[in-house]
Amino acid sequence: MAKGRVSIVVEHCKSCGFCVEFCPSHVLALSSAFNSKGYHPPHVVHPEKCSGCDLCGMYCPDFAIFATKNPNDKAGLKADDKGGKK
Amino acid sequence: MSDSLIDIDTNNSASNPVEPFLRTDRMPHIWCPGCGIGTTVNSFARALIDSKIDLGSLALVSGIGCTGRVAGYVKLDSFHTTHGRAIPFATGLKLANPKLNVVVYSGDGDLSAIGGNHLIHAARRNIDLKVICVNNLIYAMTGGQTAPTTPDHSTTSTNPYGTFEPSFNLPHLVEAAGAVYVARWTTFHVRQLSRSISEAFQKKGFSFIEVISPCPTLYQRRNKLGDGLDTMKYYKEKSKVRNGAPTNEVGLSMTGEIIVGKFVDRDRPDYGSMMRAQFAESLGDKFVEQDEKEVPVCS
Amino acid sequence: MKADPRGVLTGIHFIDGDHACCEGALAAGARFAAGYPITPSTEVVERFASRVPKVGGTFIQMEDELAASITLQGAVWGGAKAFTVTSGPGFSLMMEHIGYAAMTETPCVFVDVQRGGPSTGLPTLPAQADMMQARWGSHGDYEIIALCPNSPQECFDLTIKAFNLAEEFRVPVMFMMDEVVGHMTEKVVIPAAHEIEVVPRKHTHKSVEDYLPYATNGDQVPEMAHAGEGYNFHVTGLTHDEHGYPNMTAPVQDKLVRRLQNKIRDAADRIAMFEEEELDGADVVVVSYGITSRVAQRAIEVAREQGLRVGKLRLITAWPFPEKKFRELAAKVKAFVVPELNLGQMVREVERAAAGRAKTFPVSHAGGGVHRPEDILKVIVEASRCQTV
Repeated sequence: MAKGRVSIVVEHCKSCGFCVEFCPSHVLALSSAFNSKGYHPPHVVHPEKCSGCDLCGMYCPDFAIFATKNPNDKAGLKADDKGGKK
Repeated sequence: MSDSLIDIDTNNSASNPVEPFLRTDRMPHIWCPGCGIGTTVNSFARALIDSKIDLGSLALVSGIGCTGRVAGYVKLDSFHTTHGRAIPFATGLKLANPKLNVVVYSGDGDLSAIGGNHLIHAARRNIDLKVICVNNLIYAMTGGQTAPTTPDHSTTSTNPYGTFEPSFNLPHLVEAAGAVYVARWTTFHVRQLSRSISEAFQKKGFSFIEVISPCPTLYQRRNKLGDGLDTMKYYKEKSKVRNGAPTNEVGLSMTGEIIVGKFVDRDRPDYGSMMRAQFAESLGDKFVEQDEKEVPVCS
Repeated sequence: MKADPRGVLTGIHFIDGDHACCEGALAAGARFAAGYPITPSTEVVERFASRVPKVGGTFIQMEDELAASITLQGAVWGGAKAFTVTSGPGFSLMMEHIGYAAMTETPCVFVDVQRGGPSTGLPTLPAQADMMQARWGSHGDYEIIALCPNSPQECFDLTIKAFNLAEEFRVPVMFMMDEVVGHMTEKVVIPAAHEIEVVPRKHTHKSVEDYLPYATNGDQVPEMAHAGEGYNFHVTGLTHDEHGYPNMTAPVQDKLVRRLQNKIRDAADRIAMFEEEELDGADVVVVSYGITSRVAQRAIEVAREQGLRVGKLRLITAWPFPEKKFRELAAKVKAFVVPELNLGQMVREVERAAAGRAKTFPVSHAGGGVHRPEDILKVIVEASRCQTV
């Protein structure tokens, strides 16, 4: 199982391409699908390579993508570590 | 049209860590594809998480412009004020309630052109404000006019034949005016930006963080510099981290090197402390410290 | 509620209007002022700067009036009662932020100690030529309340009233002094704090989940919250809905701007304050305000000695203009005489309200001094002789 997992909010994506470019593991690519505004959201092409580093989430100007570490991750991070809810 | 697999989070109970800081009922926001403002907000939200700041005592003040819209998207006590006047509004907020942590989040035109006078005086006075200046080198919201930060020979809607004015070096300006914390990053430097914002929260006094950001719709397009992604790649390639660099050396040009880093981190008493100290010295025990809880404004 | 005694300088004083205004602000609970020096208003904030560190509060001299007029609003949202003080050129600079206060419903007081204009004009000499500007100076449709004191005592009493109206209606209130009233020294009686009524901020008691910053609960004035209380509210100068979120559509604009207007207009009769004398059976009514009303008093006395039936109507509230009062009076009197230290401002409102049922005679004066009683008397006599409409 991959260390991390990407979640994409398809309807908020504006296809800027930052996540695709700056993913260190090249997990993502822009898909040829459209969301309702006509943008191509990214999709995961190499899910097994995702480390859950969340750089995609840090770069996204539209808060449309983020990565989380998987619960059975070897580094032993907790599954409910959501980081800073108010 | 396409049948590519879209990985939509339907089963995973995880949520975006920055979601609690956003007015999700107002998403998607109005910023263009490839605009970097959203990225800066992302970094800002992560700084709030990391610095464990008490959100109940945080207020955010913005001016007018694309960056000015940040106030409307963050789930904080937020004030979208008039063009150029976020800093004096924030000053009033801070002086009336010194327990507040007040962030000013605005653009280069708003802060350095119409707001320039207030910028230098607040820095001079060392008012305890954390100013995040998103610098996209243009007046974006109104359609791409020249800003004091627009680099030389750029094409804008009010300089259709190319600009010819020297542009402001904002870190140099605010350092000279008296800021105690001055940093510059680009929207490529997401982690460093978060860290700078967290550092500014620990600082008392006037902190100024400039973030260079793409405006693909206007600045980059009119100057044939590609889109947002091309600009991010340019930031990655041409940025040079020089912490402590003399600010007179960090001026920007259209396609040249971008010096980033923490340039100034010094200590001097903030306005509030100086004011109280002066009154205590002059008035002795006649000085009555302001405490809003004692004066019942409300019944 | 009663005034906070720490801000009340109870006693009998011999001070000028500017100083009395400052004391009125302190008595009303103002603990924040942002200002910029401009003659003939500066003494108000100079006194505040001197008093407030001993009372508990803050004064800051800002770099310009653009800053002062918005810094005070930041302070209001931070929990204080706040004001600023200026004169003509500064008043002009403050116009954008008066509009911002009206749009965001920020309760606050703007004191304008009027001087000769336009432009730099006559810094040390009186005029009353900002009256229309007080009402219409900022862009867009909005309403304000404006008060006109005619003595240092009124500078004290009416400043408290100004703050009270600001809080009740969540509106910027214009306190329209003039240079003579501001620099005139007279007896000012400041009562004990428990004799002074002060209107508290209309603060919400709703929970964070239920609170909507611009929703009204049957009345027309929303409840307020302050920064730092956990409400996470948004305030914007853009046309906004009940959440405070920008909602830039014609229907939302209509709803919002009409409410901003109606919250004042519907209460105009309640807000209106005037001093009236011998209106019953009057042929001519002299309408005046501020320092001019003191001169007009003499003219009225002499006219009555000459056997003329002259009534007096002194405007204490200039805005909202007490239209109803004038409509009723216009049906009963021959004429209004309106002396002002300007070339005709409030007289236009009188004429409009009279709607042709009574004649209107301005007594204009370009400013720089005050009328002589005989200038006003002359017009009273002329008005008395005019044909009934």
